[in-house]
Amino acid sequence: MLSRVADSLYWMSRYIERAENNARIAGVNLQLLLDLTNPAEANPKHQWDPIISSLEENELFASLYDSPDGKTVIDFVSLQKKNPNSIFSCLSHARENARTTREQISSEMWEQINRLYLFVKSDAAKKLVRTSPYEFFKRIITGSHLFQGITDATMTHGEGWDFIRIGKLLERADCTSRILDVKYHIILPSGEKVGGNVDTIQWMSVLRSCSALEAYRKVYVDQVAPWKVAEFIITHSAFPRSIRFSVDYFDAALHHISGSSESKYANEAERLSGRLRSDLDYVTIGDIFKFGLHEYLEQIQERLVEISDAMHSSYCAETTLDNVATG
Amino acid sequence: MRDFFSGYEVGDFFDEMFAAPGVVRPHYSKLFARFKEMERDEFERKRELAASTFLSQGVTFTVYNDDQGTERIFPFDLVPRIIPAEEWELIERGLVQRITALNLFLHDIYHTQNILRDGIIPKQIVWEAAHFRPEFMHFDVPRNIYIHICGTDLIRDEKGAYLVLEDNARCPSGVSYVIENRQTMKRTFPSLLAQYRVRPVEDYSQELLNVLRYIAPGGKSEPTVVLLTPGVYNSAYFEHSFLARSMGIEIVEGRDLVAQGGKVFMRTTMGLKPVDVIYRRINDDFLDPLVFRKDSGLGVPGLVEAYRDGNVSLANSIGTGIADDKAVYHFVPKMIRYYLSEDPILPNVPTYLAAVKEDLAYILEHIPELVIKAVNESGGYGMLIGPQATKAECERFREKVRKHPRNYIAQPVVPLSRAPAFCDETMQGRHVDLRPFVLFGEKVTIVPGGLTRVALRAGSLVVNSSQGGGSKDTWILEEDENAA
Repeated sequence: MLSRVADSLYWMSRYIERAENNARIAGVNLQLLLDLTNPAEANPKHQWDPIISSLEENELFASLYDSPDGKTVIDFVSLQKKNPNSIFSCLSHARENARTTREQISSEMWEQINRLYLFVKSDAAKKLVRTSPYEFFKRIITGSHLFQGITDATMTHGEGWDFIRIGKLLERADCTSRILDVKYHIILPSGEKVGGNVDTIQWMSVLRSCSALEAYRKVYVDQVAPWKVAEFIITHSAFPRSIRFSVDYFDAALHHISGSSESKYANEAERLSGRLRSDLDYVTIGDIFKFGLHEYLEQIQERLVEISDAMHSSYCAETTLDNVATG
Repeated sequence: MRDFFSGYEVGDFFDEMFAAPGVVRPHYSKLFARFKEMERDEFERKRELAASTFLSQGVTFTVYNDDQGTERIFPFDLVPRIIPAEEWELIERGLVQRITALNLFLHDIYHTQNILRDGIIPKQIVWEAAHFRPEFMHFDVPRNIYIHICGTDLIRDEKGAYLVLEDNARCPSGVSYVIENRQTMKRTFPSLLAQYRVRPVEDYSQELLNVLRYIAPGGKSEPTVVLLTPGVYNSAYFEHSFLARSMGIEIVEGRDLVAQGGKVFMRTTMGLKPVDVIYRRINDDFLDPLVFRKDSGLGVPGLVEAYRDGNVSLANSIGTGIADDKAVYHFVPKMIRYYLSEDPILPNVPTYLAAVKEDLAYILEHIPELVIKAVNESGGYGMLIGPQATKAECERFREKVRKHPRNYIAQPVVPLSRAPAFCDETMQGRHVDLRPFVLFGEKVTIVPGGLTRVALRAGSLVVNSSQGGGSKDTWILEEDENAA
């Protein structure tokens, strides 16, 4: 497959996953707000600041709006064209990448991306964000799921599909770490204790952002405790939005492309991803808290960037005559 | 209820559907009957279905210098244009004759130039043509085919005779619309389509692939064929992607290719892979910055060397632009007689060459009655329609023609035939042309159909999409289709 095409498939998939995760974070925060606040006492800045921080877009946000509140953050995350990671921008990028790879993806995949893009571009979307943002976010999430289902059901499970999977899972690992990190940025209302009622509700919302509340309940029947939530979201081996699950599966996809066995590595990307994978296999939640949850998550994000870069240089960077393909 | 055709005016033109006011041509009678029974809201639903099909498929073209929504749908008119078998048979014979002569001309021009020596075409017409490539003199192209894909624009005069308006022998576009328009008609008018016996157009891509494989270097049996596009921002990108998809080949940009040691490779995730045939949708000028325009970022340095070495084939060949030069066009009927000893089956539109002294004098005197065209432009740019132009515009063109006579030709205004199109809530006569696509490989193949372009603005004679044109599906009927 053409290197440029592999790169475009990878980014198409990342951007769709990113749009979905932005919708998740913002949608759950909207609900959290309803649970928590007596509107008269609410300090919207405390509620919405963490979202901007977890996206690492504080400066850009400050240049566009006066202060973070429900209205401005939702605008920023959903349809703001100047935010390169808004849902609108992500879906525009995804579609642009899809447009250059239409001979690789199925027509059904293209039509789904195009439909989502035409939706976020429409006046109907603008209206929906204003009147019922929760519905808007839900539609983005469902749209992304539909795309994933269509992809698995209509595209040949070959190299291109592997690049799509890697893009999705790498982005998901990154986003999940950010969702968990939102909690780090949240400031408890004065007078509230860690482990108190408000704290629990906040941790529940973290689970809900990852569609993980029900799955969590099945594993830990007792109450929602911070270390257990972190443990579940980081290290659960079978929950499809956990960091470990995402890493396991993109590692497998990397090996599927090169054909090397999972116990060896054929290139730098596989070496880095194998190492991250084994770290996640053996790390305990005790280790993580000792290291510092925020620091640990940041370190994971950095390692994901390294893997992405290494993959790019293995498969997509300038090639020379030395490695003429055989056959 | 108002009938779709109740207020239809035939006017002083040849009308594709009506022989006279209220008199429907036999091959349109079933269509007329279908529209007679159709309710307005049913038609509206069909229009919406068609528009949403194009939008969701991404069948769009890009408009330059337009920051809002740079992609547009090419307007599609739901009333098909119908051509009876005997008319198509004439068109087909005419086009085969024409492309055969044009290929012989190109071989001659790039070798011994007998046609110039025998004085059939003045030497300077060729030597001064912008798209003549003297660098390729005495170069033998694979299988001796220069133009593999040709889009020839046909029009009909006031008597209904088919005339050739121009040949597009470089990178003609529009064929994707031929196929997509048919798909859309199948969805919107399945029963009407079933009532006619319409010849299919779907196998164009397969025929094109056959041509591309046929010209592989050294007759290689399983060649790697790619389509070279300028990129996603090109106005015809949808078509490039569509053709690559339907042929099952890679669509590449210049940066995906690398030429080394006289060979061309594409960069893949598994290293470099050799390429044998390139269907290029990039003009000569941009193909290779080492040979043509130095500032081209779209091309591949070293591509031309590989082509010269015979390691990679190009479709169309380099230098075919001389054949669709608008001044050379004037001589195509003479070429046909010269190379084939036949009379031209499809006549040209009478053309005056500003480069010829007597013609120049005539043009300068008659600008307000003539269509003036720049010889190297296409897409409806660089032209003047005298009768519709202001005095100042005519003056400007008079100056241009006087200064650079070789760059201009003039033609009388041909009153293009009209066909009904849905405009302003009713059916109105609009001018149309027809671009069939001719493929030249082991043999000449013309997929029965073509792009009927329609000038949707009332009175307009310019059908180009960049100038407010739209398109129609074109139905070529089977021979045994009973017209009545």
